[in-house]
Amino acid sequence: MSRLQVIHDSAMTSAIKQLYEDSVRRSKAAPAGNCPVGQCAAYAWQCLSQTCGKCVPCRVGLTRVAQMLDAIEAGTAKPGCVGEIERLLNTAADSADCAIGYAAADALRGAVKAIRAELEAHVAGGGCTAEFEAVPCMGGCPAHVDIPGYIALTRAGRYADAVRVIRQDNPFPAACALICEHPCEAVCRRGMIDSPVNIRGIKRSAIEGAGVVPPPECLPRTGKKVAVIGGGPSGLTAAYFLQRMGHQADVFEQRAQLGGMMRYGIPRYRLPNAYLDADIQAILDTGVTAKLNCSVDGAAFNQLKADYDAVYIAIGAHAANSLGIEGENAEGVLSAVELLRAMGDNDKPDFAGKRVVIVGGGNVAMDCTRTAMRLGAKTVTCVYRRRKEDMTALVEEVDGAIAETCELMTMMAPVRIETDAEGKVAALIVQPQIPGAYDRGRPKPVRAERDEVRVECDIVVAAIGQAIDSEAFAAEGIPTRRGRIQAKDSCAVDEGALVFSGGDCASGPSTVIRAVEAGKTAAANIDEALGFCHKLPRDVEIPWAANRVPGPTGRVDLPERPAAERKDDFTLMEGCMTHQEMLQECSRCLRCDHHGMGSVKGGRESW
Amino acid sequence: MVKLIINQRPVEVAEGTTLLDAAAQLGIRIPTLCYLKDINEVGACRVCLVEVEGVDRLVAACNNVCEEGMVVRTDTARVRAARRANVELILSQHHTACTTCVRDGSCRLQAVARELNVTNPVDEVDARPLKWDAGLPLIRDDSKCVQCFRCVNECDKVQDLRVWDILGTGRHSRVGLAQGRGSLTDMCSLCGQCITHCPTGALSARDDTDRFYEALYDPEKITVVQVAPAVRSAYGESIGLTPEQATEGRMAAAIKALGVDYVFDTNFSADLTIMEEGSELLEYLKNRKSSYPMFTSCCPGWVRFMKLRYPDMVTQLSTAKSPQQMFGAVTKSYFAQKIGVDPSKIFSVSIMPCSAKKYECDVPELNDAAHVEPGYPGMKDVDLVLTTRELSRLLRQIDVAALDEMPFDSPLGSGTGAAVIFGRTGGVMEAALRSAYYMVVGKNPDPETFCAMRADHSLPVYADAWREAEYDVAGTKVRVAVASGLGNAGRLIDAIRRGDVQYDFVEIMACPGGCAGGGGQPIHDGVEMAAGRADILDALDVNNPIRYSHENPDVVALYKEYMEKPLSEKAHHLLHTNQVDWTL
Repeated sequence: MSRLQVIHDSAMTSAIKQLYEDSVRRSKAAPAGNCPVGQCAAYAWQCLSQTCGKCVPCRVGLTRVAQMLDAIEAGTAKPGCVGEIERLLNTAADSADCAIGYAAADALRGAVKAIRAELEAHVAGGGCTAEFEAVPCMGGCPAHVDIPGYIALTRAGRYADAVRVIRQDNPFPAACALICEHPCEAVCRRGMIDSPVNIRGIKRSAIEGAGVVPPPECLPRTGKKVAVIGGGPSGLTAAYFLQRMGHQADVFEQRAQLGGMMRYGIPRYRLPNAYLDADIQAILDTGVTAKLNCSVDGAAFNQLKADYDAVYIAIGAHAANSLGIEGENAEGVLSAVELLRAMGDNDKPDFAGKRVVIVGGGNVAMDCTRTAMRLGAKTVTCVYRRRKEDMTALVEEVDGAIAETCELMTMMAPVRIETDAEGKVAALIVQPQIPGAYDRGRPKPVRAERDEVRVECDIVVAAIGQAIDSEAFAAEGIPTRRGRIQAKDSCAVDEGALVFSGGDCASGPSTVIRAVEAGKTAAANIDEALGFCHKLPRDVEIPWAANRVPGPTGRVDLPERPAAERKDDFTLMEGCMTHQEMLQECSRCLRCDHHGMGSVKGGRESW
Repeated sequence: MVKLIINQRPVEVAEGTTLLDAAAQLGIRIPTLCYLKDINEVGACRVCLVEVEGVDRLVAACNNVCEEGMVVRTDTARVRAARRANVELILSQHHTACTTCVRDGSCRLQAVARELNVTNPVDEVDARPLKWDAGLPLIRDDSKCVQCFRCVNECDKVQDLRVWDILGTGRHSRVGLAQGRGSLTDMCSLCGQCITHCPTGALSARDDTDRFYEALYDPEKITVVQVAPAVRSAYGESIGLTPEQATEGRMAAAIKALGVDYVFDTNFSADLTIMEEGSELLEYLKNRKSSYPMFTSCCPGWVRFMKLRYPDMVTQLSTAKSPQQMFGAVTKSYFAQKIGVDPSKIFSVSIMPCSAKKYECDVPELNDAAHVEPGYPGMKDVDLVLTTRELSRLLRQIDVAALDEMPFDSPLGSGTGAAVIFGRTGGVMEAALRSAYYMVVGKNPDPETFCAMRADHSLPVYADAWREAEYDVAGTKVRVAVASGLGNAGRLIDAIRRGDVQYDFVEIMACPGGCAGGGGQPIHDGVEMAAGRADILDALDVNNPIRYSHENPDVVALYKEYMEKPLSEKAHHLLHTNQVDWTL
């Protein structure tokens, strides 16, 4: 025996490592709706499989916890065992010797606290209220678009039918093909094999292939009228479905063009007007009317309530949050909302040769950063007080901005804005931070023991969130909290007066597909409140699922124009899949509508 | 058309044909368990697996379609091993008790295990315990459930009551009552379609044969049996009778051979129902107050559905009791008087194609003979309901084929052709129109006049949405409609409520095809029997010398001797009810 040996991974070690990697991927693609008790039990057993066996609270305590969770899931647990689990977890968290034990106990303690009611219900024999999400992507999509359906249609070359299928739940197929944040992909079951299907990319192929697809026929007229305040994604979605159900939907939009944040928030290099206009035209072609440049104040709101059978408030979140630092009123300081709104009306500010600083770490900050670069700024710097990985912006947006030579200054908190003699912005002073203790899932920035940094600049854009301008409605008795209109999950605000609200103005700033969800929800419930139950047909025949699904195969990502070329113009940045790429990507779809629980409960039912 | 090769044999099938159906075209049998054509094609049991060239994994034949050029094998070692292993897994959680199970012989799991020659006993069976109120008419035994989801989909898609659901997830998932809507009786019609579509003994109707024997051997009791129209179309199926042997007369003889005192015919009270309901219809049309039609009320599954789903419309039901309950009331009043016995000595048994009838006989608000002078507190009009399946089980001890035919006993044993078609969808309507026409016009219509009410047997039994017709009765237009299956019934009522359609009289039967396809009828796994049984009933109608309820001599005698006339005060007391009051 040698005194020391070089150690190589054995086949067994590699296999276990591979299993762990698979389990990470599998966790990401975890189906929604499984019994939470079973999930906790499985987690406890996994932690136990990692214990060394030395200290008591981990080895014995966690075993007892796992066993009791099993018994609860099986419906054979004794009364009082939830308290016992909590006691054991407290002991393990308090007294285990290493993180294998106490970190497991900490994590489980949080979970047990959150699902306590569910645990108690299981113990009491009330059974499990878990509802398995049969088709993960459809469940993950807030609008519940029939994703396997349109992927199959796209694969079959039936592009127009694919667009029709998307429109059954979402009247913005083109806009969403370009800018949807695709929560569907996060839960795609294909992730259990390799990586999620590029669902948005496939939708783009369908859109490009389909050309102009007229909207379906509306149901017979009901004679009812609904006023929609706000021509953004939520308002237009509600209008589209209400119109199709046979009501007359009239949209009142305060700006010169329809589209809301899709027009006045999202830059054209991500969503060219032609795509957005195509979606909006199809909506208007159903008979929806739109009155532009029409701001609805309190009096006008009351008039709409009097003139219409129902009102849907979908005014979005178009006010800016202020930086709240010295010098923020200086010339050269503007908000993201102002910048992007101007861009929406093609009213481009003069950034040529200027040094621009963007403050913020979300997608809007990235939109401003990349817009500033395209406006000819000399330098563009994005200042953020946390780490890059803490940014709420999509990773590809951040990386895209960096590729376009924008600079990212992270761990820097704005302190004040210095001005020159003329009162114009001269510099943004920032205070370096260190990532501190975790708070709500990410480290809280804490002042670093470093000197302030002076970032010389001509323009400061504050992209630190939007607010809701709902005062006019609040004054007329619409309940609000910090600007947000207080709507129920049904989008109802005042059931008696048939006032509904949804989208950003009720939820706070969110995504287009969330706004579509609200619009669709509101349309269904307004229809119901008007005394109807119109079910719009879902009559596109979906191709049968073929069983030939390829084994692990790479995901095709959409190409982008070279950074050096695209950074100077507002032309669409992202390319489309080739036919070959599209076919491969479609073939990766596992057709969860047909396999697994989808064939039992995933019915394509009208809502 | 699509061409493919199965087991080296070419076959051409229509586009969209499943591998299962394509194989069947070649006479190749693929075993199935969870599969129920059109209703439950979910690929859960993984028994119907086949090999498809170019596809890595085995493919379920029940819910995958043929593709051009496909090469399929149904007979390889790999296929066989997987099918067998999966059946063994199912058996490892199934309370296998074939000798005492009511589904012995009609169980799909048993058949599949035999087909695959699964002979190794499973070492340790881990079946769930039966947790169910044994007093309910519908029994669910979780220890026998194979989680095929047939009941879930039968109730969702055909009956639209959504009583059953998949509860929980993962290894503890199971089929049970949909959550949050109360108990079984709070949401279920008790139609029993889940029972007749269950592949195993997990769902069954409560077995009441012990109570039957108890009464039979009680020297104090006079056992009086009535047999529903649809029973005669099916009773021979599972006791080894040929259709030629399974006659009405042999059925009467067999029941008599069990030792009962009187074998009567529910056809008698079906004719009586027509007299009451037909008269009520004419009154309804004369003094019409509602835009809604009058509905038939002889199906307790349907009455429950109306009470559960459309409580505001229960008053639209005819107040006429069902033939079963009219029979019970007449037995313990008129008949008891006629034979001079204390009615409480009579034990009234009803043999029905139905599970909901077990509920109906227990509805306290229906026991009206108890109030006939001098009063018999606590006495039920119908003491016990047995299903056709229970009758079959009782008859196992008798060599029925060897019995000579015999007529029903008198005086409650005669029935017309109009009565016997109560056993299939549209029959009550046809019978009612035949007599209503007579009541208005004063002469009989041709009995075939109303044949538009018959089901279209080219459609699957549950797919026949509803049938409608308009008839001219002495210058008055009568618009009628017929639906069977509660999903169809719901769609019809919704259309009526929306004002899309308007009718005067509507017949509904809870079970697709009517009582012929009833939840108490013999089970032939995967085969819908209603159409064939309806043909038997139609033949009995055509061959009956009397085809009009108002010509039933026993009914005529009953009115003359006791009830006076339809809708008389006595008839109201004994033959009518207010369904609003029924305990659910």
